[in-house]
Amino acid sequence: MNIYVLMKRTFDTEEKITISSGKINEDGAEFIINPYDEYAIEEAIQVRDAHGGEVTVVSVGTEEAEKQLRTALAMGADKAVLINTEDDVEEGDQFTTSKILAEFLKDKEVDLIIGGNVAIDGGSGQVGPRVAELLAIPYITTITKLDIEGTTATVVRDVEGDSEVIETSLPLLVTAQQGLNEPRYPSLPGIMKAKKKPLDEIELDDLDLDEDDVEAKTKTIEISLPPKKEAGKVLEGELEDQVKELVGLLHNEAKVV
Amino acid sequence: MARKVLVLGEVREGSLRNVSFEAVAAAKTSAEGGEVVGVLFGDSVSALGAEFIQYGADRVVTVEDEQLKQYTSDGYSQALLAVIDQEDPEGIIFGHTAQGKDLAPRIAAKLESGLISDVTDLEVEGGNLVFTRPIYSGKAFEKKIVTDGLLFATIRPNNIAPLEKDESRTGDVSSLSVEIKNLRQVIKEVVRKATEGVDLSEAKVIVAGGRGVKSEEGFEPLKELADVLGGAVGASRGACDADYCDYSLQIGQTGKVVTPDLYIACGISGAIQHLAGMSNSKIIVAINKDPEANIFKVADYGIVGDLFEVLPLLTKEFKELLVNA
Repeated sequence: MNIYVLMKRTFDTEEKITISSGKINEDGAEFIINPYDEYAIEEAIQVRDAHGGEVTVVSVGTEEAEKQLRTALAMGADKAVLINTEDDVEEGDQFTTSKILAEFLKDKEVDLIIGGNVAIDGGSGQVGPRVAELLAIPYITTITKLDIEGTTATVVRDVEGDSEVIETSLPLLVTAQQGLNEPRYPSLPGIMKAKKKPLDEIELDDLDLDEDDVEAKTKTIEISLPPKKEAGKVLEGELEDQVKELVGLLHNEAKVV
Repeated sequence: MARKVLVLGEVREGSLRNVSFEAVAAAKTSAEGGEVVGVLFGDSVSALGAEFIQYGADRVVTVEDEQLKQYTSDGYSQALLAVIDQEDPEGIIFGHTAQGKDLAPRIAAKLESGLISDVTDLEVEGGNLVFTRPIYSGKAFEKKIVTDGLLFATIRPNNIAPLEKDESRTGDVSSLSVEIKNLRQVIKEVVRKATEGVDLSEAKVIVAGGRGVKSEEGFEPLKELADVLGGAVGASRGACDADYCDYSLQIGQTGKVVTPDLYIACGISGAIQHLAGMSNSKIIVAINKDPEANIFKVADYGIVGDLFEVLPLLTKEFKELLVNA
């Protein structure tokens, strides 16, 4: 089975966000594989181990994403591809990224594409469904279970807490929701092996795309931090009185109940 | 600049979801004086058109088909593309719900358009329609504009106020006949496991538990309080990882990002990843045994104490208040 994983390098969830000269400050920040993409990588490896084939992890970004691609290889993916847009794309959006990925994937004869359902930085969750549409294949988002038999896939999709059991067919794109699996940590032998696995780097030119083809349709004009919350009121006294006071405050002062 | 804007209403169990009324309000702002056209899909939805109009839509287009009773990406995109073809809109607004998140990017790809997801505010600034949305799960916000083509956005539930319902408003409800065919996804079964009734992303009140809840049964007093307040139960990653509850309840940087009017955090320490998912709630109450817990830093009101003692008292007190109200 020919399996592709869409991966994004993101800020570590531990990081505090600061802004300098209107942009998110990346100095000294730790970066990780987007947590939802980790589920995607794990699932791809499991599907390959059960059905045979090959897992290729692909990322659109800068050469800094090589580190996360190596981690994916160390987890057990077979190949990695970095589509380096550093020289060509100044400010892309989801239109940009999905167009690039779809151009890359269109002649790859994919059976299965797995991505995270959302990236924890941009948080738009668009790229998966967009890529599927551009490739004209079915997709199912926020999945918590994937079973494949022949060319039939049975998928459990999380729909705001409810679960839908959906039957569909390969080739297919799915996006991972938490609960899909338990992503493995790279083992030491895995890390050693990953050094020898292929990590190709290509640019837009290699995909016969130029900047105009992928020019963003939207633009960020301002980034700000949320208003700082003032420290609240910790109640005191007998517990029963505290509870009475709290209910009073919520009803009369905050007016939320 | 006046423009025609479509709003896709979302029907659940025979009624329009609240987020659909919020979406109409957003569409009205986006339309800048132009026409707002409500769109409804289902097996029998035209009766809901009147209410959609009372909330601000100028008219409503429905596509009715047995195959649209349940959402599928293929079914709804066929129906919506037919409506888009008929109406030729300059803007489209959806709710940023499971359905909206699934469908909007596909439609945007098909139309080669941009899409601004998960919008919490929009306004006209200096001739531009400016959308505000959280990034880094609410650790920061960005303002975005559309630079090319269709104005397309999904709005986060609970953030944009719906317009006042005007029962005297009337408008045309027309149906469009679309042949829905070749659905590639077949829904075999729907298993409902969320806390009954109220959905986390739309809940006005959320009672959330962390490791301090200690067990699956430990969630019972949280559920009781949530029931009394007509709210939903949520959880921190700690509680989910410990198997006290299902991952579908998780709130945080991985998990759901929520902005209810009232968030009651019970036995939650307040890791930065959790705070990212809830700190933009209007009012936060923290109940925790540890007075040093991080959660108190974002809480409007705090009680230092054992949640198993505090919650039953709180539930009783709210019951009395709401009975008298």
